[in-house]
Amino acid sequence: MEKKGLLVPRAPIPRPLYLGLGIGGFAMVLVVWWAVTWSGLIQPFFLPPPEEVGKCGYQLFKELDFLSDIWASTYRILAGFLIAAALGVPLGLLMGTFRVAEAIFEPLIGFVRYMPASAFIPLFILWLGIGDLEKVAIIFVGSFFQLALMVTVVARSVPMDMLETAYTLGATRLQVVRKVLLPASMPGIVDTLRIIMGWAWTYIIVAELVASEAGLGYRILNSQRLLQTGNIIFSIITIGVLGLITDLAFKWLHRKLFPWTE
Amino acid sequence: MAAQEAFPVDGVNSVKLKVQGITKRFRSHGVEVLALDGIDMEISDKEFATILGPSGCGKSTLLRILAGLSSPTSGSATLDGKLIQGPGRERGMVFQNYTLFPWLTVRENIEFGLRLSGKDKAHCQEVANQFIEKIGLKGFENAYPKSLSGGMKQRVAIARALANDPSILLLDEPFGALDTQTRSLMQELLLQIWEEFHKTIVFVTHDVEEAVFLSDRIFVMTARPGRIKAVLEVPLPRPRGYEVKSSPEFLRVKDEVARLIREESIKAMEWTLKVPPSEED
Repeated sequence: MEKKGLLVPRAPIPRPLYLGLGIGGFAMVLVVWWAVTWSGLIQPFFLPPPEEVGKCGYQLFKELDFLSDIWASTYRILAGFLIAAALGVPLGLLMGTFRVAEAIFEPLIGFVRYMPASAFIPLFILWLGIGDLEKVAIIFVGSFFQLALMVTVVARSVPMDMLETAYTLGATRLQVVRKVLLPASMPGIVDTLRIIMGWAWTYIIVAELVASEAGLGYRILNSQRLLQTGNIIFSIITIGVLGLITDLAFKWLHRKLFPWTE
Repeated sequence: MAAQEAFPVDGVNSVKLKVQGITKRFRSHGVEVLALDGIDMEISDKEFATILGPSGCGKSTLLRILAGLSSPTSGSATLDGKLIQGPGRERGMVFQNYTLFPWLTVRENIEFGLRLSGKDKAHCQEVANQFIEKIGLKGFENAYPKSLSGGMKQRVAIARALANDPSILLLDEPFGALDTQTRSLMQELLLQIWEEFHKTIVFVTHDVEEAVFLSDRIFVMTARPGRIKAVLEVPLPRPRGYEVKSSPEFLRVKDEVARLIREESIKAMEWTLKVPPSEED
């Protein structure tokens, strides 16, 4: 007999309960937050209560043009990410498909990817200044190498049986690449892009924290200088929400584009 | 080896597929393995030939060589007098694992080969319709492989290979992953299709009953290194239905084949203790 119950390992639970518990998780954090701030356990200077942070958010949008900070960061991420994807996806496909390409690029990329993107910030400031270009370059360095390697794995994991089937159906080498390798790799590529996008958010904030004149990272650093704890917290939460939205957008895209995946 | 010398060369039908002295060696875990040792075969036009052998005997390797997906260390194979040097559309192949393209629907999978060769859309559709009906998948034309059962997937794989109108069909344990009931239905379906299209078929299996039920002739292989141990004719009348499986003649042939294969299976077991299984098989 199928075992049911909340504490049976891996047993399913009702959907409404699942959702309710998820919301409960958020609520729990809020309650603890309120408790420690209202009770005076932590001073409001270090951690303002939730409603205070909400107020800071309102002021950020109204008085400090927070939207342009959000846009500054988003725009840099998109630029760096798109360039990295435009170069990294084809390179990864090549490395996963042709051993020659793998032999040339994989050792090199495998080496570079261990260099943290944040370590390049001082160098790029020297080379490119502290404007958008430097930020975009950091995003690129942080995304491109990982992306190429992950796409390589995706392309390489297309089952050989599938390629061979295509050959026995009369496919040429070019047809095998275009009609089998490419479509078979697409879902994995979109998944990879989603993961890389998450990392890109980390890089942009670090880059903006070091030297910047706009953006969410700049806003956070500036608020620290002015001892505006509420603004810092609101900015961090904003980054979380933006990350979540991108993640959901990618998942939605995946479902729309690839209804055939399991 | 007496059976091999009494090779029944069909006087009426010409030789379709000729295998001469095929040997295959490869390295597996640093050990040199002789997978196939001097395989000779002649398969007639429109014949249903089965290669039967214990696991690891190299029967799949042999089929892959015939498909052009692997090359022999020495020896050669010719189809209609033409040397096999690589894969080609005149040799359709069905693999054990479902190799349907998951991003294509049933119809698109069946049309795949035709589309590659640049046939016009109307023609592709017509051929696909015909096959969808034959394999009993009407109503599933636009389904993706993920929603099909194992048996349905293999039916599509067979249709895909046949739609391409190959001159010979190679099947590598196509029903090996199916449950017993589905498997016997699939065998009957395959025979039905074969009666209609009458292509030459080379079928690889380790299942004795399957081999006897389907084949005109059975090539029994030895344990590694793979050689042809015996060639048996199956004198059962056609068309065959499942009832034939309980006829005395069927049981007699099955018994004879089972005895041959048993000797080899025992050897094969001893082999696997000595040499790890190869990646190719």
